[in-house]
Amino acid sequence: MTIQDCTVFTMAAERDSDVDKSQQFRVAALPYLDDIYTLARYLLGNPADAEDAAQECYLRAFRHFGTFRGGPIKPWLLAILRNVCRAEYARRGALASTTTESLEAAENCVDSIWGNDRETPESHVLRRLDSETLKQLIAQLPHNFREALVLREVNELNYREIADVTGVPVGTVMSRLARARTLLRDAWIAIEKGATP
Amino acid sequence: MTCNEATVLLHALIDRELDARHAREVEAHTAGCARCAAALTVHRELSRAVQDNRMRYASPASLRNRINRAIPAPTARTTRRSLLKGFALGSIMSAAAATGVTVVIIGQDRDNRILSEAVSAHLRSLQAEHLTDVLSSDQHTVKPWFNGRIDLAPPVIDLTVQGFTLIGGRLDHIDGKPVAAIVYRRRVHIINLFVMQNLGGALAAARLETFQGFNFLRWNDQGLTLLAVSDLNRDELKEFGTKFEAAAQATRPAG
Repeated sequence: MTIQDCTVFTMAAERDSDVDKSQQFRVAALPYLDDIYTLARYLLGNPADAEDAAQECYLRAFRHFGTFRGGPIKPWLLAILRNVCRAEYARRGALASTTTESLEAAENCVDSIWGNDRETPESHVLRRLDSETLKQLIAQLPHNFREALVLREVNELNYREIADVTGVPVGTVMSRLARARTLLRDAWIAIEKGATP
Repeated sequence: MTCNEATVLLHALIDRELDARHAREVEAHTAGCARCAAALTVHRELSRAVQDNRMRYASPASLRNRINRAIPAPTARTTRRSLLKGFALGSIMSAAAATGVTVVIIGQDRDNRILSEAVSAHLRSLQAEHLTDVLSSDQHTVKPWFNGRIDLAPPVIDLTVQGFTLIGGRLDHIDGKPVAAIVYRRRVHIINLFVMQNLGGALAAARLETFQGFNFLRWNDQGLTLLAVSDLNRDELKEFGTKFEAAAQATRPAG
């Protein structure tokens, strides 16, 4: 076989819009896989569920790619992932009825933030924050606060985008973020106190 | 501004979400309130810590591959239609018997999928800063790198003198199988040369194809299928193939 006298083909398929659609989707959406997977890890906790959710997210996104109206695609993908994760929560809720307890715990947490705030030594200088411990602390945040925090700090969305992704007003986003960070700071300080009596 | 208001708004300040007037108010408050000023400092620090890259999770390569496989590649529907276009144009296939046509459709379908996956792999290599696993212009470094990583010995040939600079190699996946990707550069154009086990089927001659705007050159050699993908124009891609083939033959012992 010699390349010199090769046959030249032009596939009719290259003019077909279906080909373009799946390719356009790959090019537009796949660069955000790490973002999607990261949020899934924070929302679902374990790698296996996060992988399944990310894959489901991309399949749904591809099916609905025709309805995507342009603009930044990352928030659109994150919103789809969030829905996938909620379905997973519902499934877990059906398996074990721990949801109610954790919700109550979350509410109690919320109530206590502002009270604690007054006693917290604000001048306390946080020691070097290591990422593994931080990840664990974030994992313990109530769901809505964790979601807002990760969308903001890790996925780097702005308030408007977070509001759109989570379906709440911007004001709610702001207060959730404030509470998430306050809980996180208190948890961190509690660890430091435990470590250095 | 009260401490209660500042306690919430200082987060919006950290996130640069406050308009100028509110930002000034929060700053004025923290200037006069040591406790809120300390809170601002601590939360800034915490925010930076959470924004650290180490707080992200890298998606496993297997996940990317699974998703890539699950997203439909150009499918039989497309191919069938393009085949019909072929008939309409009086292509040589118009003479094929019905049984023969089926075989052609299946073959075409797989062909399209492989080309489509090669395009994806090519684009991925350009995008994700993952062009090469082994970065070297030395063929004697790149070739051994594949040892033990893939069950074939890809021909790695330095074509710098011929105008195609070898820049490295990497492992990739096409059609669900690992393939060796050898990367060349011609001016600003990247050429991914995918080397895989012979795809089988009749590939009587080398083929120069255009698909999704990319040019492909495909040929078989020594039981391997070689598929070059690039945005380089056809003539130069063909030149690449010719030079590569000539150099490959020159390295072989006579006979």
